[in-house]
Amino acid sequence: MTPPDYFSRDRRWHPPAFTPDYKTSVSRSPRLPLLSLENTASEITGPTFAPTDIAEGDNDLLTNFARDGGSPIGERILLHGRVLDENARPVPNTLVEIWQANASGRYRHKKDGYLGALDPNFGGCGRVLTDDNGAYAFRTVKPGAYPWRNGINDWRPAHIHVSVFGSAFAQRLITQLYFEGDPLIARCPIVSTIPDPAAVQQLIARLDMNETRPLDMIAYRFDIVLRGRRSTMFENRMEGN
Amino acid sequence: MTSLKETPSQTAGPYVHIGLAPGAAGFDIYETELGQDIAGPEAKGQRIRIEGRVLDGTGTPLKDVLIEVWQANAKGIYAHRETPQPEGEPQQVEAGFRGWGRVISDFDTGDWQFETVKPGPVRRRDSRMMAPHINLWIVARGINLGLNTRLYFEEERKANDNDPVLKLIEQTGRRHTLLARTQDQANTGTVETPSVYRFDIHLQGPDETVFFDI
Repeated sequence: MTPPDYFSRDRRWHPPAFTPDYKTSVSRSPRLPLLSLENTASEITGPTFAPTDIAEGDNDLLTNFARDGGSPIGERILLHGRVLDENARPVPNTLVEIWQANASGRYRHKKDGYLGALDPNFGGCGRVLTDDNGAYAFRTVKPGAYPWRNGINDWRPAHIHVSVFGSAFAQRLITQLYFEGDPLIARCPIVSTIPDPAAVQQLIARLDMNETRPLDMIAYRFDIVLRGRRSTMFENRMEGN
Repeated sequence: MTSLKETPSQTAGPYVHIGLAPGAAGFDIYETELGQDIAGPEAKGQRIRIEGRVLDGTGTPLKDVLIEVWQANAKGIYAHRETPQPEGEPQQVEAGFRGWGRVISDFDTGDWQFETVKPGPVRRRDSRMMAPHINLWIVARGINLGLNTRLYFEEERKANDNDPVLKLIEQTGRRHTLLARTQDQANTGTVETPSVYRFDIHLQGPDETVFFDI
């Protein structure tokens, strides 16, 4: 049996490599065309993860770095959603990793020297495996906006970085989610690397009052879509149809 | 059937380590840091170390890059249920062989390295064999969508000459950008002293590495 191919990537939906308004891309963007490859075993396989790879509580950024019962400063949020493929099928048991600045816009990284204060109770990373329905959830705080050296007065909108595996190396994806209603989204040179405004909308986590926990956490919903794959023709039936 | 659009990519930014390799970012938070061991001690085959740098268009090494490695074992089998099954061979790989790893560059020099076993040739669905290769996925600040490339081995001349992917590169003068160069011919590649290869990746310029739309 031959496993089915993945759909080719719609590169007009993704940001191109060379985006001069985001200055760092200028010297880091390949200038020659990419070589198009048919899927082989090298692309349709990928690393798999088991519950033993991670610990329970790795997805709780309110507690996974907190000391002595302390709690991070900031707006407490529940970030949740589903990982689906382009056929709208759930992607179960896949690793989702996130990282972010704290509520003052400062990252816990030895290279971040921003004025915003470090929070002793906030590490800023989390990870989880999706369940059978492709669902995932994190508890965290809403990150702060921060300035960066691109234009002299450029500020990143509040954002969380998201890394997802899927079940094939061809599906590997890193992106960033933004928060509904943030006026900095439209002004961000990194957001603006994406040419299609409809694609930008796909990166905005939506306020979800139904999942908001009263007197505890505001909820945001962010669904992630990975590349889908064609159906496989078997002798007597179509797989997945 | 419902059809959705893939979530658009965004740069991993300069602080990708916080999320994917927090130990390197300067804090221990998880019991297990993922991607630290590509081929465990029970994996068979020649032990190798790859050393390299990722260079930008000005020739400056990237000091904030993260590379993910994905490879087959010495018999050409991936640690994945959909790996094509060689004739009469059980599909599973050795215990502790994961074939996947995360590699980051030194924050001061941009040098990176990883140790593994040399992969075997991998069969394509048209039955042609691909020369031994390691798949690489490169993310960093300024890279808007992760870059895919492959590392092949310089000394596999015959297999490389017949490799269906290398042969796709029309500009034959660019094929060398995918070849890792042996640093020590005399070395046999034991666990203690692995054979050493050099592989530099050029994001732009006259030696721009061949990147793939996979």
